[in-house]
Amino acid sequence: MTVESWLSSAIADAERRGLPALKPLLETLARSTEALRRAAAAVSEGEPGPLPGKKPE
Amino acid sequence: MSALGLRSITDVAVLLRGRALSAVDLVREALTRVESRPELNAFTLLMRETALAEAERADTDIGHGGYRGALHGIPITIKDLIDVAGTPTTSGSRVPARIAPADAPVVGRLRDAGAIVLGKTNLHEFAFGTTSEETAFGAVRNPVDSSRSAGGSSGGSAAAVAEGIGFGSVGTDTGGSIRIPAAACGIVGLKPSLGEVDCAGVVALSETLDHVGPLARSVADAALLFQAMKGMSVHAIAPAGGALTFGVPRPYFFDRLEAETRACLELALRRVRDAGYALREVTIEDAPITPDVYLHICLPEASCYHADRLAEHADLYSPGVRLRLEMGRYVLAEDYVRSMRLRNRLRAGVDRALERCDGLLLPALPIPAPKIGATTVNVGEVDMPVRAAMLSRTQLFNITGHPAIALPAGRGTDGLPRSLQLVGPRGRTARLLEVAAALEGVIH
Repeated sequence: MTVESWLSSAIADAERRGLPALKPLLETLARSTEALRRAAAAVSEGEPGPLPGKKPE
Repeated sequence: MSALGLRSITDVAVLLRGRALSAVDLVREALTRVESRPELNAFTLLMRETALAEAERADTDIGHGGYRGALHGIPITIKDLIDVAGTPTTSGSRVPARIAPADAPVVGRLRDAGAIVLGKTNLHEFAFGTTSEETAFGAVRNPVDSSRSAGGSSGGSAAAVAEGIGFGSVGTDTGGSIRIPAAACGIVGLKPSLGEVDCAGVVALSETLDHVGPLARSVADAALLFQAMKGMSVHAIAPAGGALTFGVPRPYFFDRLEAETRACLELALRRVRDAGYALREVTIEDAPITPDVYLHICLPEASCYHADRLAEHADLYSPGVRLRLEMGRYVLAEDYVRSMRLRNRLRAGVDRALERCDGLLLPALPIPAPKIGATTVNVGEVDMPVRAAMLSRTQLFNITGHPAIALPAGRGTDGLPRSLQLVGPRGRTARLLEVAAALEGVIH
């Protein structure tokens, strides 16, 4: 499942459950999931050097 | 009120053993201190009667030659996420609490060593936060400046210890929940190696990231508590001697720091060097992926643990805690597995950074204790969420399982404590404490 399709179904489900306040959190989670998947892909492809990531928050 | 409550366990233990001081005196002094700072909201339950009864028993036993060691007759507190027999384990929540049928093993071991349980301390609800503001018992306030957070999630524990209410506390740490409040309140907080202290009888947050450990006013006191928590005999530690080498992971961990925090930590590092210890720059490979890995482990594990309660009592959770738990329900299993694989890579990265080092030195917190009610903080000219900022220097070592300790590293011109974190090799917490004891007098 792509992060994009996961996000739209997660937001739709949260709204159906009466939790619209989850939307911005799910959007943040989606950005984090994309970063996680990029890092995981880099590892499985054996890319040399540091994994993609962000500055400390 | 005397300064008795602020003395070290070792100092007081000598007096107790020689009967120059009674455990009842220590408990009464602690209770007076609680009453003098009600605004701290440090406690969910104060166990006055049982603590005084236990103190009387300790005095009697010591008087009859039954001295059990340095913790005998010493009042301590327990984070209210941990079972204490016959009391509700509230987890700082309005969600109905369980009444603990027995002490958690870690509490039982401290009692076996003679410690007296003074009460249960307030916390960020279900340990799912870093400020101890979302709690059914009122926000925990920092003893140094009551307009500020005591940190979290073990905020009540840190506030109590810093204020001299008990000589130590048992906290839990899933992303920094011992080290963060210890840093915010200017005390010592130890997260042992993963799995080293039994988590039975402790309400889980994230079962593969949870740790139990002590908060205390000195490394020596933390060591005594840690030994008892492991069921070991209690003995004073000797500071590590000889040449020590410390790795300083500047990339990522020193990139963005509040200005006075940076000044305090650079001064602490200079003092370490001036004391004759070697510092070398190191890099923890892949550290920037830490928050993403952490999120995809912690969220689903927390949601899984809370699934039944959430179904039944969703409205009783604090709004922020509930939303974080709900968010975890949407993490896909495949992303959890990806995180677990990356976790191994992060662990190896920390192991490599520790090669040829006695420990790593880095900030425990990038900021001082935040104002109560703040949702964002300015760190290195960037505004960021308080929670993300506070977790940013500690959560990696919950993922990797390395032992880590927050050590007081002076105060800024604002009077607020700053803290240096020392990280050691996995499974070598006792050695970490010896190294920390050597550093303690140097950096502060």
